Amino acid sequence: MRIVVPIKQVPDLVEELELLPEGTDLDRDLLTFKLNEYDDHAVEEALCLKEAAGAEVVVVGLDEPEIDQSLYTALAKGADRAVKLTGDLEGWIDTHRRVAALASWLASEPFDLVLVGVQAVDDLDGQVPALLGARLGVPHVSVVTRVEPSGDGAALVHQEYSGGLAAELEVRLPAVVGVQAARQAPRYASITRVRQAMQEGSIEEVAATGADEAAGLRVRRLFAPEASGHAEMLEGNVGEVAERILELLRTRGLLKA
Amino acid sequence: MANDVLVVVEEQDGTVTDATRELLGAGRALSGELGGEVLALRLGPGSLAEQLAGADRVLHVEHPALEPYNPEAWEVTVAEVAKERGARVVLMATTTVGMDLGPAVAARLGAPVVCYVVGAAVDGGQLVATAKIYGGKLLAEVEVPGEAAVLVAIGGSFAPASGGSVPEVEPVPAPAALDGLRTAVRQRIEPDRSDVDITAADLLVAVGRGIGDRDNLELVQELADALGAPLASSRPLVDQGWMPKSRQVGKSGLKVKPKAYLMFGISGAPEHIEGMRDAELIVACNTDPNAPIFEVAHFGTTADLFDLVPALVERVG
Ligand SMILES: Cc1cc2nc3c(=O)[nH]c(=O)nc-3n(C[C@H](O)[C@H](O)[C@H](O)COP(=O)(O)OP(=O)(O)OC[C@H]3O[C@@H](n4cnc5c(N)ncnc54)[C@H](O)[C@@H]3O)c2cc1C
Ligand SMILES: Cc1cc2nc3c(=O)[nH]c(=O)nc-3n(C[C@H](O)[C@H](O)[C@H](O)COP(=O)(O)OP(=O)(O)OC[C@H]3O[C@@H](n4cnc5c(N)ncnc54)[C@H](O)[C@@H]3O)c2cc1C
Repeated sequence: MRIVVPIKQVPDLVEELELLPEGTDLDRDLLTFKLNEYDDHAVEEALCLKEAAGAEVVVVGLDEPEIDQSLYTALAKGADRAVKLTGDLEGWIDTHRRVAALASWLASEPFDLVLVGVQAVDDLDGQVPALLGARLGVPHVSVVTRVEPSGDGAALVHQEYSGGLAAELEVRLPAVVGVQAARQAPRYASITRVRQAMQEGSIEEVAATGADEAAGLRVRRLFAPEASGHAEMLEGNVGEVAERILELLRTRGLLKA
Repeated sequence: MANDVLVVVEEQDGTVTDATRELLGAGRALSGELGGEVLALRLGPGSLAEQLAGADRVLHVEHPALEPYNPEAWEVTVAEVAKERGARVVLMATTTVGMDLGPAVAARLGAPVVCYVVGAAVDGGQLVATAKIYGGKLLAEVEVPGEAAVLVAIGGSFAPASGGSVPEVEPVPAPAALDGLRTAVRQRIEPDRSDVDITAADLLVAVGRGIGDRDNLELVQELADALGAPLASSRPLVDQGWMPKSRQVGKSGLKVKPKAYLMFGISGAPEHIEGMRDAELIVACNTDPNAPIFEVAHFGTTADLFDLVPALVERVG
């Protein structure tokens, strides 16, 4: 079985997000990037599948800030190959373009499963799992927490819905799956292992094609949600804040004592 | 080209979801500007028309592959109906269904898609959508040109359709492609109901990734015990295996409506807010003054949870 895991870097949301003066993009120079957390789960699920049933795991990323670090980390964890799609990929690359680039690369790479993160925090115009699946003309299922081979060229996937409901679906391979969470917490790779991967392993570079398609959206402006519904902030030292909170509970009859 | 708005109907145990009613509300407002009809698209047994006031008409497709939900069957059907009717806008909710279908239907229609939509309007003949990006920290206002568009809206963003008579039902034949699917539903899995029911509690203590480490959970558990409240959590703690799934609040967990919801170290991602927005009192503790949760909470503090929780425990006794 051959599993491809596309991974991407996203801005770290703990940081302050600053807009460029035009107001239609972020000031990228001020951002720190990290691996999209759902991709960490997609890599983990791929590695679990490899350990359980045997598989070749290929991670692929577009040439975006600090992607090398994440590709090497995936190699250190046990991925077999890392591929970087290079080209004119400066600035914000919208989902349609990213999917076009991934799809045209996948056209020349046979695969049984593509495991992508269910979404990315920088969300705007779409979800890669469904766009990619539709574009490749293969079945796709999103919001998945477990993938298992079911023999006979198919896979069993566990899909989640609202209210704690779920279903087990069987999809014929090849297929694209949007991973919400792996069956277990993602493993860590020590710095030493990552360094080792950097020395031993290599990232294959492939020129991206197809990435010149536009999504058809035009961003008018980005803005912070208006503060109309802002919480009343409790002032004072921790003891005073604690008192205020307990008072709020007491007046509602929620404090036993 | 038709100017109709097509709303994809979702139900749970025979009851149309709140999110669907909100889409009908959004559809009404849009169709007022576009001049077309609001078409509710119901896939599965029973038209549910009596619950779909706000729609001008219910398009009803029945086929064994459509119930229970099968992503491929729904995608094929929604895309075919949208194409045949030349719908101007297709509205879906940000649920598993919307995530599976929104972008895929858009791809089949060759139309743009906007996800995490919180607002939609027609401005100078142009469809304009507002969407949450960067985990809800920013909003993007985007123009959506073209003859068709798919919008996937967050629950709670639009006023539900109110009043109106029961719409007429138009049966629509199922697409032929439903007989050759590559996706099959093997079994439905019901939630585990053996744990305490957090939806029944008046008071909930909820903890998020700000807790840092599994061992620290003891601290908030102690507070929950002292207050006689169950401990709930955000999703990442469940994915880490630190908390059981039965304690997860949010889109893919449980929807709670307690008299008070005390939260520690939860950022306020749209998927979490969806599950607790209706609590009567929300008090949030988060060290980041810009955390989106402060837009929703009634009271907030930027105190460090590792200082505040012990102070609370000490005072509750
Ligand atoms: C003004 C503006 C600026 C923006 N700036 C940026 C920006 O700087 N960077 C940015 O990424 N987005 C940016 N975006 C948002 C961009 O459109 C989103 O990345 C996208 O829409 C997110 O969609 P999603 O949540 O469906 O996640 P997806 O992008 O669908 O991600 C889901 C999964 O798909 C796979 N995947 C996605 N992209 C790649 C890739 N490049 N390589 C390999 N695998 C991939 C991964 O497995 C990922 O987890 C910006 C948006 C606006 C409005
Ligand atoms: C399809 C789908 C369904 C989802 N369903 C759900 C769901 O049902 N429920 C859910 O919760 N999520 C859900 N999510 C995930 C959601 O997008 C967020 O990732 C998640 O809610 C974030 O959890 P968090 O707030 O605990 O963590 P984070 O976003 O990492 O936030 C941690 C917060 O803790 C604060 N903090 C750190 N240290 C301290 C301290 N010492 N004291 C006080 N504050 C501190 C930080 O400032 C930060 O704001 C879903 C996602 C997807 C894609």
